[in-house]
Amino acid sequence: MSEDTNKHGHKWTMVVDLDKCTGCQACVVACHAENNVPIASEEEVVKGRAMHWMRIERYWEGEFPDVKAKFIPVFCQQCGDAPCEPVCPVYASYHSEEENVNVQVYNRCIGTRYCGNNCPYRVRMFNYRAPEFDAPLEQQLNPDVTVRGPGVMEKCTFCIQRVRRGAETANAENRLIKDGEVVPACVQACPTNALVFGDKYDEESRVAKLVPNERQFKLLESLGTEPAVYYLKGGETHVGE
Amino acid sequence: MLESNAQRGPYWEQTTPEDERIAHQIEHGREEHLLLDPRPPAELNELALATMKKTGPAFWIAVLGLGSLSLIFALTWVTQIFNGVGITGLNRSVMWGPYIANLIYFIGIGHAGTFISAALRMMRMDFRRPIARAAETITLFGLAMAGLFPIIHVGRVWKLFYMIPIPNQRDLWPNFRSALFWDMSAITTYIIGSTLFMYIALIPDLAMARDHTDGWRRKLYGALSLGWRGTTGQWHKLEVVSNILSFVIIPVMFSVHTGVSWNLSMSVQPGWHSAIFGPFFVVGALYSGVAAVIIVMIFVRKVLKFGYFIRDEHFNAMGIFLFILMIAWVYFYFAEWITNWYGNLPPEVAIQEMLTGPLAPLFYLMLFANIIVPLVLVFKRVRTNLPAMLVICIFIQIGMYLERVIIVAGFLSRNELPFNWVDYVPQLPETIITIGTLATLGLLYLIWTRIVPIIPLWEVYEGQAMQSTRRVGRAVVSTRTDAH
Repeated sequence: MSEDTNKHGHKWTMVVDLDKCTGCQACVVACHAENNVPIASEEEVVKGRAMHWMRIERYWEGEFPDVKAKFIPVFCQQCGDAPCEPVCPVYASYHSEEENVNVQVYNRCIGTRYCGNNCPYRVRMFNYRAPEFDAPLEQQLNPDVTVRGPGVMEKCTFCIQRVRRGAETANAENRLIKDGEVVPACVQACPTNALVFGDKYDEESRVAKLVPNERQFKLLESLGTEPAVYYLKGGETHVGE
Repeated sequence: MLESNAQRGPYWEQTTPEDERIAHQIEHGREEHLLLDPRPPAELNELALATMKKTGPAFWIAVLGLGSLSLIFALTWVTQIFNGVGITGLNRSVMWGPYIANLIYFIGIGHAGTFISAALRMMRMDFRRPIARAAETITLFGLAMAGLFPIIHVGRVWKLFYMIPIPNQRDLWPNFRSALFWDMSAITTYIIGSTLFMYIALIPDLAMARDHTDGWRRKLYGALSLGWRGTTGQWHKLEVVSNILSFVIIPVMFSVHTGVSWNLSMSVQPGWHSAIFGPFFVVGALYSGVAAVIIVMIFVRKVLKFGYFIRDEHFNAMGIFLFILMIAWVYFYFAEWITNWYGNLPPEVAIQEMLTGPLAPLFYLMLFANIIVPLVLVFKRVRTNLPAMLVICIFIQIGMYLERVIIVAGFLSRNELPFNWVDYVPQLPETIITIGTLATLGLLYLIWTRIVPIIPLWEVYEGQAMQSTRRVGRAVVSTRTDAH
């Protein structure tokens, strides 16, 4: 669905300021806790099956000792024109009209993994095995979020359970959602406020003001996926001498 | 002098040296060409039926071996259903692997059967006659195995019916925009169409078997031959239906492998997103399929002792066909790579670096098996030499299988963001399942040869009846009556 065809709902948007990101991974931990993302064992990670809805991609530049690290938090870009949506044969991956995000219907998913192949960002995670939570992690599962079974594709939802609760609260109080009222777990946990979340259709929101920034770019913009995640270019982190 | 002349008869009945030469030519034609070497139908029936009824110790050993491999495959599959796809080596970037490569491979070898039967029938090429059914059987069981792989591949096989458009209370339909749905429709159509195509051509031979057997076979063939009595009207209907199905099945055949290739090329994965994939995959399918048919022809001739039916001329014709398909495949492969290489886009460069880097042994083996080895097919001595043909065709099978694995699992391991470059290493389960499906294909084929006549006898009689020789000047030429 193109970005402009759906103006009646919200356009939930994330802005990632790479200049502020220190690569601390607090967002990754918060995401695991909030969304019941299973912790892949060491053997699974070696096989290339690390399970993270949100990850910090770290790229090195230069030769030792002059080494620079670049951190990019990557999670589902909630594309306006998502490659994962048309390829799903059962509509498990579809575009929610109200929130304008790409959602995954776990009950509908049959696990063809076509969406995973077709995601250029590789942010879709497949449950190759039944999820396991080492004690005491199974005691702190979030009741608002389903624990996904084996054979199901999953991915970042912009913490849709929080978005929906915010919308319901606002609706009950007969008002609009205020900017900053709803934050996903990663945004809440970010110590440097590198992540900003909001409704881009709300012209007064922080994201709407941050997006027209000269540092702004979108990941793999040339593919025309129209991501709802905007990055603000940052400097490098020198880790060498 | 007068007596002697009377003994020799009139001059027009005397043999001259030229007549002997012509008699020799006719004899030579009988040795070379099946259709010029007619034998009484009763004799051919006996030849075919004797093979069907014979099950020696070698047969049972083969059934036992292939059967146990099939059983291990079934158990591995059950293990995978209960433990998740995690028992394979697939990972978060390479989400499709050998299962999809096997799907492409088995559909590929299923292509040649129909092509040989239908296209050569349309073009009135008589060399297809004795090999048509052996080739169609490959199609039938190749497709059956191919049809298993999407089911093996998916994560939740018990929810697979969501892909089928069943009317339901919530009006939830499958996604008609998905290439997987197109592919599923094309494969289903092809399975139904090619089964029908094969069955129609089987009816006269089943009726023949019904008339010459007793016991359970008679009952089975009696039911399957649908009351065939061989009247003129029935033959006419058979002819019409076969011709219609030949024309219908060929576009379906093209649609199937195009559909399979579109699963890959409709995505934005570098290396996959290519407009050439449709025709490229069809040619590759025919290439590996014709090689598979030649392997089966060798077994049918040697193991079932059908040297009368399947002769050097058939291997020669198929060898030429294989060589042409090799050239076509090389052309497509070259066209695909030269444009990628010249375009120099970073993700595609990464794929090329992987092919000439970590995957180089597989890549070069594939090129060797698919291009260098089949070059010897230019020699007629090679095309009619069965051990050589067997080796070449097995090389082509290996080469074309590797090509599919490289395209599916290899290309997926390199993508847009280098952080997600994860290599794929095959594990035991998918290896067992791959070998097991090959064994199941062999097992089904073996049993099939004992149930139906693997040579379309009526097509052979028909060909022989329509073919004869005629003397034109000093030469003997074969003539063909076009009965249509």
